[in-house]
Amino acid sequence: MTLTLGHFLLVSGLLFALGLAGVMLRRNIIVIFMCLEMMLNAANLSLVAFSRFRPPIDGMPDYNAQIMVFFIITVAAAEVAVGLAIIVALFRAKQTVHVEDLNSLKF
Amino acid sequence: MEVALFWIFAALMLGFGAAVIFLKSPVSSALSLVVSFLGLAALFLLLDAFFIGIIQVLVYAGAVMVLFLFIIMLLDLKTERARKLNIPALIGGLMVVVGFIALLVKLLPDFHIAKPALARPVNDVASVGMLLFSDYNLPFQIIGVLLLVATVGVVLLSRKELK
Repeated sequence: MTLTLGHFLLVSGLLFALGLAGVMLRRNIIVIFMCLEMMLNAANLSLVAFSRFRPPIDGMPDYNAQIMVFFIITVAAAEVAVGLAIIVALFRAKQTVHVEDLNSLKF
Repeated sequence: MEVALFWIFAALMLGFGAAVIFLKSPVSSALSLVVSFLGLAALFLLLDAFFIGIIQVLVYAGAVMVLFLFIIMLLDLKTERARKLNIPALIGGLMVVVGFIALLVKLLPDFHIAKPALARPVNDVASVGMLLFSDYNLPFQIIGVLLLVATVGVVLLSRKELK
């Protein structure tokens, strides 16, 4: 038995489903944010899998998808920094990270 | 051997990914997520994407998760006290997730493709670098500006007095 594209897509899909379940079920805004990162990483895994399982170009894998993963990781890092800064500002104003207590736009 | 390694690291990744959701303390969640990302990095290595795998460990398991832990400890978050479950949200969320997995299982047999053999050993740092500075030069510059904007934005956001 060898590894097929389906194996990687299955694992990637399950990781995405876990992240989705976390976003739906958890109430702590920081944990929700971590689950978002998990979903981004699931997408990265499927991109890298597609990159490796495409017919090779000139004997090498297709690296275009890996460039995209590189950009996703960069944007995600920037997003985490900004998101956490917003969470800290929110915590200073409201003293909570529970999403059900954060129900007004203006304070 | 390769298949066994794949399942070990996939189980590691998914197991600790589930722990992120089910552990009550945010610090435990963050540390589980680090292990989950390390498993994911191993899967990248199995796919011959060494550069992406190393970047995953450095950026995610290193920088991003340290930032998360730092913020959790800065805010001094305790274990969540149990609250009444929001039943409609729970059912809705589980329905979306189960539907997604069902769709996945239905579509998966179409992707029974074996790994193509490579003519040369991969030299992916050089290949990714060449693409990054030729075909993708403009997006690369834009990403640099984005990081600058994010840095300035974060400094502005985390000042004490938010006007």
